[in-house]
Amino acid sequence: MSIECRLKTVRPNFSLDVDLSISLKGITAIFGPSGSGKTTLLRALAGLEKNNGYLKVGEVIWESESHFLPTHLRSIGYVFQEPSLFQHLSVRGNIEYGYKRSKISNQSVMEKAIELLQIDHLLNRKADELSGGERQRVAIARALSCAPGILLMDEPLASLGEKHKKEILPFLELLHAKLDIPIIYVTHSVDEAAYLADQLILLDKGRVSASGEIAEMLTRLDLTLSHGERAASLIQAIVGDYDENYKLTYIDFSGGQFTVPRKQLSKGDRVRIRIEARDVSLTIHQQSETSILNILPVIVDEIADEGDAQVLVKLRVGNDLLLSCITRKSAQQLDLKVGKKLYAQIKSVALLS
Amino acid sequence: MLNEFDLSALIVTLKLAAVSTAILLLLGTPLAWWLSRTHCKLKALLEALIALPLVLPPTVLGFYLLIALGSNGPLGQISQWISGQPLAFTFAGLVVGSVIYSLPFVVQPLQNAFSSIGSRPIEVAATLGATPVDRFFTVALPLARTGFVTAAVLGFAHTVGEFGVVLMIGGSIPGETQVLSIAIYDHVEALEYGNAHWLAGGLLLASFITLVVVYSLNRRFSLFRGSE
Repeated sequence: MSIECRLKTVRPNFSLDVDLSISLKGITAIFGPSGSGKTTLLRALAGLEKNNGYLKVGEVIWESESHFLPTHLRSIGYVFQEPSLFQHLSVRGNIEYGYKRSKISNQSVMEKAIELLQIDHLLNRKADELSGGERQRVAIARALSCAPGILLMDEPLASLGEKHKKEILPFLELLHAKLDIPIIYVTHSVDEAAYLADQLILLDKGRVSASGEIAEMLTRLDLTLSHGERAASLIQAIVGDYDENYKLTYIDFSGGQFTVPRKQLSKGDRVRIRIEARDVSLTIHQQSETSILNILPVIVDEIADEGDAQVLVKLRVGNDLLLSCITRKSAQQLDLKVGKKLYAQIKSVALLS
Repeated sequence: MLNEFDLSALIVTLKLAAVSTAILLLLGTPLAWWLSRTHCKLKALLEALIALPLVLPPTVLGFYLLIALGSNGPLGQISQWISGQPLAFTFAGLVVGSVIYSLPFVVQPLQNAFSSIGSRPIEVAATLGATPVDRFFTVALPLARTGFVTAAVLGFAHTVGEFGVVLMIGGSIPGETQVLSIAIYDHVEALEYGNAHWLAGGLLLASFITLVVVYSLNRRFSLFRGSE
């Protein structure tokens, strides 16, 4: 299932002009700087803003020249930037509001949402007696309780402090893992996108500048995402054996195995690994006398300049991609060329789950 | 003490205020809702029209109402066609006058209350599957409840206190159109200061108590609640 969307809005200081297909699987992040039209696009999908355009979700046409399906008839859940709970209702009243109006939802959907977001102890409280993080959890449960076909989230973490952000992220990940609801997630944080998204749509000045699979998008050298201090690649992997002797966990992926010092992982779990470009160095021969554990055979895929003194190298490792940021001098000494086989030494890997 | 005429004036006044307030809330609610949501160009025009009774001398309003409600006026003729008599110098005529005269006192607090809700709760309700009518009754109305208390009290009190308009279109018929404010005037004219004291003092006390109640209620249901 997918969303076909052609929308055009012209306003005094802003225009949105997109033509895209969003696959309704997993989490799709709409990423861009503020003012790029992310929220406008999301609001248009929800029918909160009228545009001239065409919008088809699955087999159903939501918008065309002659037709506009109003918001309350669209099978969506919407989580706003601010929790926006109804002040005149209790937490339970808020959650039941959507559930009572949904034709397809049932008690178990609502109970599952309450359980998933761990808010059962808050049900009888008033909205203004909750902390910021709790409020946003209630807002997410409220959106889920009407059993929506798509969950639209507009920077649900942006209004929260660092502490509450960390509180909510695991819940979002849980939604991804436990529920079969496609999510469209608007964000201006690469970290959130890397943490959660499967697909990434890049929006800039109201236009789609690129879109695709997250790991690929993060390593595309023609996009700004792969440049700068925090440039990193993302690898999907599966937890393997645990080495009791050294207290190390092995994590398997298409290009080999990572070794990480971490215990509480259960074998077979899917994890995301984020590797920063500056933590990856390159050698011609496989080093054996080194403290670095994670050494992988790689093939140079693409090279691009990163400032005056450095180059960014995109590497293929199995079916996955790595980024390495090295000096131009090193690149010359190693005689880097597309297709050259090397070894990547990875100083540190971050587990995102 | 209150004599028989004073008592009937009190009853007429309360009846007039209650009926007018009910009609005002029914009329004012959709009007205020529309005004709080619209970007229509006619908005300023309509707002000015509604606010007119705030600045006009009641006698001006009363004069035009007298003409409109009289047997040659448009409203008077409609009424004559329906009930056989014009509206001027009847209780129904007083209700029409009161509704127009007190309209800004009801519409403005309601409009403010609806505006202060903002569009967000309404949008949230829409994304949760609520139809426009459903959104209005289950979200907008409960969130605007302080506005309704203020509007009802102001509408009621302002109708009780009206004098100029009633003087022009009411005609002081005991039991029909003689209200308290007119009764006080009549007592003073007749130099019956004792009776005037009873009525005037009673109104003063009642108004004061009402306002104290409204202000303390408004504090409890503060509009500024919920901001972080």
